[in-house]
Amino acid sequence: MNHFMLDGNTVPFRDGDTLMDAAGRAGHYVAHLCWQPTLGQSGSCRLCTVKVDGRLTTACTTRAASGQVVENNTPELNAKRLLLTQMLFVEGNHFCPSCEKSGDCLLQATAYDLGMTEPRFDEFYPRRPVDASHPNMWLDLNRCILCKLCVRASHEVDGKDVFAIGGHGINTHLIVNAPSGRLGDSAFAASDFAASVCPVGAILPKRRGFVVPIGERRFDRAPVSAQAQAPEERDDERS
Amino acid sequence: MPFAMFASSTDTVLMTTAVDAVLQRYGARREALVQILREVQDQTRWLSRAVIERVAAGIGLTPAIVEGVASFYRFMHLRPVGHYHLQWSDNITDRMRGSRALAQDLCRRLQVESGALSADALVSVDFTSCTGLGDQGPALLVNQHQVLTRMDSSRVRELAELVRARVPVADWPSEWLRVDDQVCRRDVLLGAAAMQGQAMRAMLARGAEATLAEVVTSRLRGRGGAGFGTGRKWTLCREAPTPPGGARVVVCNADEGEPGTFKDRVLLTRQADAVFEGMTVAARVLGARQGLLYLRGEYRYLLESLQAVLTQRRAQGLLGARILDTDGFDFDIAIHVGAGAYVCGEESALIESLEGKRGTPRIRPPFPVEQGYLGQPTVVNNVETFCASAHIALQGGAWWARMGTPDSSGTKLHSVSGDCERPGVYEYPFGVTIAQILHDCGASSTQAVQVGGPSGVCLAVPEFDRRICFEDVPTAGAFMVFDRSRDMFEVAHSFSQFFAHESCGFCTPCRVGTKLVLRRMDKLAAGFGSLFDEVELRELEALMHGTTHCGLGAGATNALRDTLARFRPAYEQRLQSPVFTPGFDLDAELEPARRVTGRDDARAHLERQG
Repeated sequence: MNHFMLDGNTVPFRDGDTLMDAAGRAGHYVAHLCWQPTLGQSGSCRLCTVKVDGRLTTACTTRAASGQVVENNTPELNAKRLLLTQMLFVEGNHFCPSCEKSGDCLLQATAYDLGMTEPRFDEFYPRRPVDASHPNMWLDLNRCILCKLCVRASHEVDGKDVFAIGGHGINTHLIVNAPSGRLGDSAFAASDFAASVCPVGAILPKRRGFVVPIGERRFDRAPVSAQAQAPEERDDERS
Repeated sequence: MPFAMFASSTDTVLMTTAVDAVLQRYGARREALVQILREVQDQTRWLSRAVIERVAAGIGLTPAIVEGVASFYRFMHLRPVGHYHLQWSDNITDRMRGSRALAQDLCRRLQVESGALSADALVSVDFTSCTGLGDQGPALLVNQHQVLTRMDSSRVRELAELVRARVPVADWPSEWLRVDDQVCRRDVLLGAAAMQGQAMRAMLARGAEATLAEVVTSRLRGRGGAGFGTGRKWTLCREAPTPPGGARVVVCNADEGEPGTFKDRVLLTRQADAVFEGMTVAARVLGARQGLLYLRGEYRYLLESLQAVLTQRRAQGLLGARILDTDGFDFDIAIHVGAGAYVCGEESALIESLEGKRGTPRIRPPFPVEQGYLGQPTVVNNVETFCASAHIALQGGAWWARMGTPDSSGTKLHSVSGDCERPGVYEYPFGVTIAQILHDCGASSTQAVQVGGPSGVCLAVPEFDRRICFEDVPTAGAFMVFDRSRDMFEVAHSFSQFFAHESCGFCTPCRVGTKLVLRRMDKLAAGFGSLFDEVELRELEALMHGTTHCGLGAGATNALRDTLARFRPAYEQRLQSPVFTPGFDLDAELEPARRVTGRDDARAHLERQG
């Protein structure tokens, strides 16, 4: 069996695995926002930046190879991850206390896990629209972190291409494929995989609030780093 | 008459005719999307929702994907621009020649705000990244097609009148559109006579394999900046398996976007034959049948002359089927015109763009030599690299390897601009000192040199005896000179604007980091800097080295790092308080309260710090 070393632990891998695939399967947590085991890789959030044989790279895009020495949970790398997370917080408009996703939000959970206590940078406070046109789903771009999971889910799983990425630089944004550009005029359905894949509160079902009370939500129960083996993360099969 | 076309949005018939004709010309191929959008926009001026939808339907893509592609490129417009769309080249060297004041004057004369469309839709004035005319700026790009050089206040005055009188660009003074090569020092590449198949004949006589061996022997390294061994790149591509039905592809990277670089423009003007010949040599070595030259959108005005060279080479049997009457030697070159995106100079982003997509750099591996254009093994080399390859095929690898230094063989072209008497293109063997170039170009009182553009290195006087080569100071070809009158903070500030503007937006550290850096630099420029800002800039700089998806983000803070290290006084004078300074003027914020209370006495003001 092939394996590599992750923070001193031996991690087995299969042919074609990325470091993230293999680490996740073996129950090791590597911070991530734009990665999801059933979808194609992106490598854009950069949270999973690790050191492989001393070189910085992302775990979700790097093929596992025998004998690699991978550093992951180190103060140096976690300091970089904290800065990256803070960048995402100031880039959008993230008001956790008023967000239905609070407690289930991967961005929030990652921030807590990294010890984030303040946004650090000046907030950009961008003006972004909330799209309430869909009968069953909200699209709140204030919370979008451009992970593109919905883009990939709609393309790869739902076969609908409801979402695309537009713009460039700091004006990069999510586009809805509809003549009006609004979700209600698109082929989007609440049953789409893309409707459930958002790691933050940008895509949420309507008429569903506080079904699970604050304090009992997924990341209220245990920090994200302790949930590497949670079924949602481990599932190897496409739902 | 010149503005009759598509002046009205109701003119859908003309629009659909234009879109359909362009779609038909490209067989509605998905990989031609960038070209299709560009050429449609040439006729429609901007890409309306109706255009996007018609193009999408014609190709079989969703309108959202087409909009995503169109909105990626700075030269594609999803909102109307003027019949005259005037863009000032905004490199620091243009600014040093007064471009910003000229731009302001032009806007005033045309009564239009910078970045906005005039009320009569006649004109829009804006800025764009360096247009590759740093030796003859301030430069102005007209309708992303023609270029105006050496702008000054009298030309601006006349220009405003011509625009208001709706005089077609073709009738503007031809002197304004003159682009000079300004070759100031020639060596083996710039001094060579026109290449008319000599290299290809030498290659055929020697054989493809032996020619590859010559390229390896030459120790030629890529001229785009990274310096990867050309022989090694060709070998890797040659050994990579081709997909079923696919073949190997040769791509010439003429997306010369690094601010301050213009040597490829001169090669494409004077030595286009040698460039195409180098590509053809590579094609024979690799067994490639398809060649693509990615011409940056800013060089659109070179397209016709380049097409003419290609046509002539086909007529001479140097391109096309059975090249030089050789069985199985079939190769042709098509030109793809870019649309204003610096990041497309990165080879995998360039390939994405060639495939009609957003120019986002790919995840590597696989590298382009393994899976490049449409999944086929692809060699991407710089214009200068192909030019050198042609000469190596002709004269042999040992000849090339004798020039330069041990790790940097041959010659290198430098685009010299800024504070010097003789800006232009200089060709030297590798190993030349900074001081030598400064002497030759007539620079005096030099304070700093930016070698390799904003993502290169900034050097100060004590380092002028350093040598340009991969062992010491590597370069992609820019050489910007700053004399003692220049404020090096402003240089770094302009580069931070450039990177924030050109970030592709894909990865967090570059998308947000370039913007955070710019905001801090803006804050310093506005006089609200503190030591804390410097600490934060250094942290951002450290983060962006290593965590970004590609080299654009990794190099985006190089100038910041270098200028902080070498020209700290330029920053210090902007760090008002050593302890803390707010991000805004507290006293100014009290002005409304003073107005309301009718006070302006000393006690209604905050005590100024410092």
